[in-house]
Amino acid sequence: MAKYVLPGERRRHEYQDQRERWLQKLPQMSRRDFFRTAAQAAAAATVAWKGFPPHSFQLINVAEAKETAPKFTIAYISDSHILDKGMNHRFIRACQKAAQDVNALDPQPDFVLFGGDLAQLGKPEELAIGQGILKTLKAPVRMMVGEHDWYLDMGEKWREMFGEPTYSFDHKGVHFIVLNSVIVEDYWTAPKMTPMQRMLAMAQLDNPNGRPFTVGEAQRDWLKKDLAKVDKKTPIIVFSHSPLYKYYRPWNFWTDDAEQVQQILAPFSSVTVIHAHTHQPLTNRINNITFHGVLSTAWPWPYAPQGLPPLTVQMVRADPFNQFDGCGWGTVTALDNGQVNKRYNLWDRNPMDVTWDDVSAGKKWVAQTDAQLKGNVSWPSY
Amino acid sequence: MTQWGRSVMIFVTLALGGSLAALAAGGDAPRHQLPAAADGQSKVVGLCDGKTSVTVTGVAPGERMDATKAREVATELMDKYDATLQVAHGGTEHTSRELRVWEAETKRVIDDGYKLFHSPEIGTNGISCDMCHPDASNTHPETYPKFQTQLKKVALLRDMINWCIENPLEGPKLADGDDKMKALEAYILSTRKGVPLDPGKH
Repeated sequence: MAKYVLPGERRRHEYQDQRERWLQKLPQMSRRDFFRTAAQAAAAATVAWKGFPPHSFQLINVAEAKETAPKFTIAYISDSHILDKGMNHRFIRACQKAAQDVNALDPQPDFVLFGGDLAQLGKPEELAIGQGILKTLKAPVRMMVGEHDWYLDMGEKWREMFGEPTYSFDHKGVHFIVLNSVIVEDYWTAPKMTPMQRMLAMAQLDNPNGRPFTVGEAQRDWLKKDLAKVDKKTPIIVFSHSPLYKYYRPWNFWTDDAEQVQQILAPFSSVTVIHAHTHQPLTNRINNITFHGVLSTAWPWPYAPQGLPPLTVQMVRADPFNQFDGCGWGTVTALDNGQVNKRYNLWDRNPMDVTWDDVSAGKKWVAQTDAQLKGNVSWPSY
Repeated sequence: MTQWGRSVMIFVTLALGGSLAALAAGGDAPRHQLPAAADGQSKVVGLCDGKTSVTVTGVAPGERMDATKAREVATELMDKYDATLQVAHGGTEHTSRELRVWEAETKRVIDDGYKLFHSPEIGTNGISCDMCHPDASNTHPETYPKFQTQLKKVALLRDMINWCIENPLEGPKLADGDDKMKALEAYILSTRKGVPLDPGKH
């Protein structure tokens, strides 16, 4: 399994995670397995003492099943919401921080997905600053659009800079689809709203006069045609800004034609949706589709009062006194069996993993704290 | 609305506006007009009902009473207090017009708070409160006062509001008596109606 070297200070957290996982698996091992791996460890230690880190628990991975072996990994950076208020602005610095972290990965991801909401108010200056930061990435970048990028000029600048928002491509046997899932019904023309008024209305998450996101008929037709050429056993990964399911309507954590989109994806054996917009770890599974949220670099949203998918393990509430807490970036690892392992790289916290094993077992074992491991959570309030 | 209804609304608004203007101009809440002392030289102390008072013989106006004397005076005031007058305007219920006006005025302040909460104008860097707190979620005003380690002191809701204005919003903090602070608190508290108080909750 490829070993990712994260910035220096995180290595001791990886060790803690490995140790935790090893200790959890221990009661499930048979005596024979235990002695086998212990013998292997002892043999390896004897043969190659110099290269063998005595505190590593990695040999336990030998026991894992073959079909969840990783094929390749991509990284994501998302929801940077850049404002043009001086290069020292926290949103710009956070986006730069994410790019630096991704550049520090060894080996590099196959490509980096940008998850949408590059700009906060869709201004050309904001988009340009964002593009400049993404250009510092060593790996190739795939762009996805968010509502904050779109509604100042209905995507004119975005298309000029980044091309069409809806497209698909194949990579190492996986069919990737990128959607513009932030289409909303026109409510600005009749009251003669200016472009900035429209943008500000779309920018307010809790706007009581907002309309729900959709993929829309045109794109659903495009999707049907695109998928007609794809074998049903080919793994599909969909990148979408809105979640492609219904979580919380008042904050537009919602795609109104979600069921229709899910229907189009239904015949395929392995489908994963990676969505942005929600600025929080989220996990959901509906029929054949697994849904994973991504982190924002700029700020975390609280979990909605209703509608949280039951598979989700919530991240512990962000500390307002730490401007990077609850934010970060992450990776998606495509597996041999067509599914994915998802990693949330939360700044100043242990990385949070949501693996295919977790999702298929339907249990929320991913923990950030001992309290979560015991299923007994008392959320801190700051 | 009928013609008559409209006239009533205008009258009420003018009357209310008039009294509000008086308050604003005077800058004070209505004061208890104390009667002069019977002997012309003693201290007169008034009760909070705006009506009851006692003369404290042997104590000059402006003179501070010792604890025992002060307690005697307080007991005398409470004995004189007519508790049957507790209900506003002499025992009749609030009129529906009064209730509507009060509700409208409270709503106005809450709406002002809503606008400020959603506006990038209280900060200087384009960030607004609703970015981390849509619908004022995660503000939990019912948990204040509590010791806020990062501030190294016990904080009230307004202390946290000011911390957020100064830090993530990079704006100038608001004075305690500032109408904007009152409006922000009013909006945040209004979203937690019915939630039990839980000061000190961490």
